[in-house]
Amino acid sequence: MGYTPEMLDLIKKVEASRPERLERSKKGIDFEPLTLAGREEVLSKFHPDYKDDGRRDVKIGPSKGESYPDEFVDVLESKARLLVSGAELDKLTEYETEVLVIGGGGAGTAAALMAQENGCKVIMATKLRHGDANTVMAEGGIQGASQEVDSPYYHYLDVIGGGHFTNTPELVAALTNDAPLVIEWLERLGLMFDKDPDGRLRVRHGGGTSRKRMHSSGDMTGSAIMRVLRDESRNRSADINVLEFSSAVEILKDSQGRAAGALFYNMETEEYFVVKAKATVMATGGYGRLHIQGFATTNHYGATADGLVMGYRAGVPMAFMHSTQYHPTGVAFPEQNIGLLITEKVRGLGANLLNTDAEQFVFEREPRDVESACIIRECMERGKGIITATGRVGVWLDSPMIEILEGPGAVKRELPAKHIQFMRYGIDISKVPMLVYPTLHYQNGGLTITDDSATNVPGLFAAGETTGGVHGENRLMGNSLLDITVFGRRAGTNAAAYAKNFDGEVGNVNMDHVDAYHKELTEAGVDTDRVAPLVLPNYTREEIMEKQLTTNYQGGLRA
Amino acid sequence: MSEAKKEIRVATGDRAILPEGTKLVPIYIMGKQYQVPETMTIQKAVEYAGYQFIRSCGCRGGICGACPTIYRVAGDYHLHFCLACQTVVQEDMYLTQMPFFPANRAAYEIEEVDASAETIMKLYPEVMKCVACNTCTKSCPMDIEVMEYVNAAMRGDIAKAARLSFDCIQCGLCSSRCPAQIQHFHLAQLCRRVHAKYQVPQAEHLKPRVAAIKDGKFVDVLKELVGSNEDTLRELYVAREMEPQDSSDWQPEEKQFL
Repeated sequence: MGYTPEMLDLIKKVEASRPERLERSKKGIDFEPLTLAGREEVLSKFHPDYKDDGRRDVKIGPSKGESYPDEFVDVLESKARLLVSGAELDKLTEYETEVLVIGGGGAGTAAALMAQENGCKVIMATKLRHGDANTVMAEGGIQGASQEVDSPYYHYLDVIGGGHFTNTPELVAALTNDAPLVIEWLERLGLMFDKDPDGRLRVRHGGGTSRKRMHSSGDMTGSAIMRVLRDESRNRSADINVLEFSSAVEILKDSQGRAAGALFYNMETEEYFVVKAKATVMATGGYGRLHIQGFATTNHYGATADGLVMGYRAGVPMAFMHSTQYHPTGVAFPEQNIGLLITEKVRGLGANLLNTDAEQFVFEREPRDVESACIIRECMERGKGIITATGRVGVWLDSPMIEILEGPGAVKRELPAKHIQFMRYGIDISKVPMLVYPTLHYQNGGLTITDDSATNVPGLFAAGETTGGVHGENRLMGNSLLDITVFGRRAGTNAAAYAKNFDGEVGNVNMDHVDAYHKELTEAGVDTDRVAPLVLPNYTREEIMEKQLTTNYQGGLRA
Repeated sequence: MSEAKKEIRVATGDRAILPEGTKLVPIYIMGKQYQVPETMTIQKAVEYAGYQFIRSCGCRGGICGACPTIYRVAGDYHLHFCLACQTVVQEDMYLTQMPFFPANRAAYEIEEVDASAETIMKLYPEVMKCVACNTCTKSCPMDIEVMEYVNAAMRGDIAKAARLSFDCIQCGLCSSRCPAQIQHFHLAQLCRRVHAKYQVPQAEHLKPRVAAIKDGKFVDVLKELVGSNEDTLRELYVAREMEPQDSSDWQPEEKQFL
């Protein structure tokens, strides 16, 4: 294992240029940062958010005319898996409940718990296992103004400044107001927060915070939160029925146009079934697995934008879907770690970014989006990336410099998790550089919601990464775990209130809005056999698909 | 398009492209042989072979616990346990994946239990049947001292059980192997929750803040921010006092919004 002989040859060049680079670094001579004009130029040409190619206007639906990445417009401008008549939906009805939660990550589980606490019977359906979600992958922490020198006021300013003042203000107010309540809720449920011996919560700064308010549970905060919420929902299984491996494929409506549950597909038995509900919560997460413009991603397997597609067809407009967070340094080698995050700290400690000729090509502390664009330019336009045996491209991140700048042992001390992660594959990053490339990290946008987590469709609520507006065009670290818990709770509470006020039982359900959406597609001249939601990404090799003579793919899924 | 650009054929997403001459090795997926690239993880090799995962695949980054995998290598009697997303294939490995393993989970009221040996005995009495074979520890893909935390829980040392089990991703390999039929990962979760709730001092400083928020203390302040224009917000943003890294004695000058 470890680097291939070809790569080790290239690393010799890195070693050869290192002494000179270290000399410059010790003298404080950095690679020339870009001017503002230079930044704009590289962003406009190479950042996926700014490039004109790779995106187009969506032709139909409530956000018609907005420009989004092609991969996302493709799923919006797709046909439904199926159209079923009202009579048939009636026959397919297997469950009736007060609150239906679609998605079993942090937001969905928080919603289910709160809906149950507010007296409702809940069905939570998820296409993989309960807890297979981006929530478990969040390492850094959760923000909240818990300390005396802080308050929701300062948290608000940090969030909206970080989002370039584009965020939806009411959502920021909800996020920051509820943050300490969420921290207290998690503590009460038995989350092992990092604490001082007297019980005081330990807090740290994060990028863009004016006060220390990053709470953590080791370096696996998201996993710790997911484990506790899931465990608690299992304690309440009399009221919260969890349906795993059940993919929602369409929202259903009643005769008054209210959301009234969903149509599901059992991926194992290939049956469809209906859950009727008085209120429905969409908590399906983001779209990293659409691999916008071919990017690798930090996201989990199920992040295929299903909830966005279903919500959009039901009539919910998009907010901020033009904006995606790419992290400049994702792993490009070894293959088993592809797309995983390498913290900015590595560059902060002094490691250079280098091309295949071991030359510097970018200032290492440009803003995230600019840094990403410069790496993409170096590889794609200038052809100076390093190509791996698995067809990846990347640039060197010269971590051994840290050993010299900060003293022997600094890599292991400052980056323990990364050191172990690479050692597992025979790469000692204190001795050899890492290969990195930007990775698709977070979907800033999503379904438009109010601060009650309500959408414009009566009976349809939404929470978490599937919504947009909380973070504007840029999310700060530690605010995604907060987002899912704050708005998950609000969605559950408000969905329960809605269900309790619901007059009578849920009537007949229909897919008329999907039928109308199909007609709109035809009228807009979109002639396609694409199907969405994708449900799962399709990673089947072309060589194999060519021989699957009788296989159909519906979205990403074999059928 | 420049010449250089044309030559670059890069892999997209999670689908790898293999250059000519990549060495393929035989692996046996549930007994059936497939030739896969030697550098791949088990998870990607199974996809390379032509499978589409519905089960046994989640975060693809070693933290969700969906892909526990058991294998032997031809000619060696040892059983190996790993996560498919974190482990590179080996020539002649015979593998199977364990997408689910039955384990009874005891329901409890978190507000009504305590952090004691009695709680453990009541909810998971089978813990006492541990034969100290250490098979659980040997089968843990996260290198957790599973038997150590089970023994700690038996003794009522809940704090130790919580600490030792902290990295558990609940994949279930330990419980699949246990001759005493213990359900380790549910037990561990119970220990972590009751430890955090009943043994660790609670955050007293958080209580007045929570009470203030429930009283609506910040409603008006936030409303004003919501109604502020961008210029005002920019000014306030730039003027924020920054808490220093070393902040043990630090107090902000502006106190009216605290």
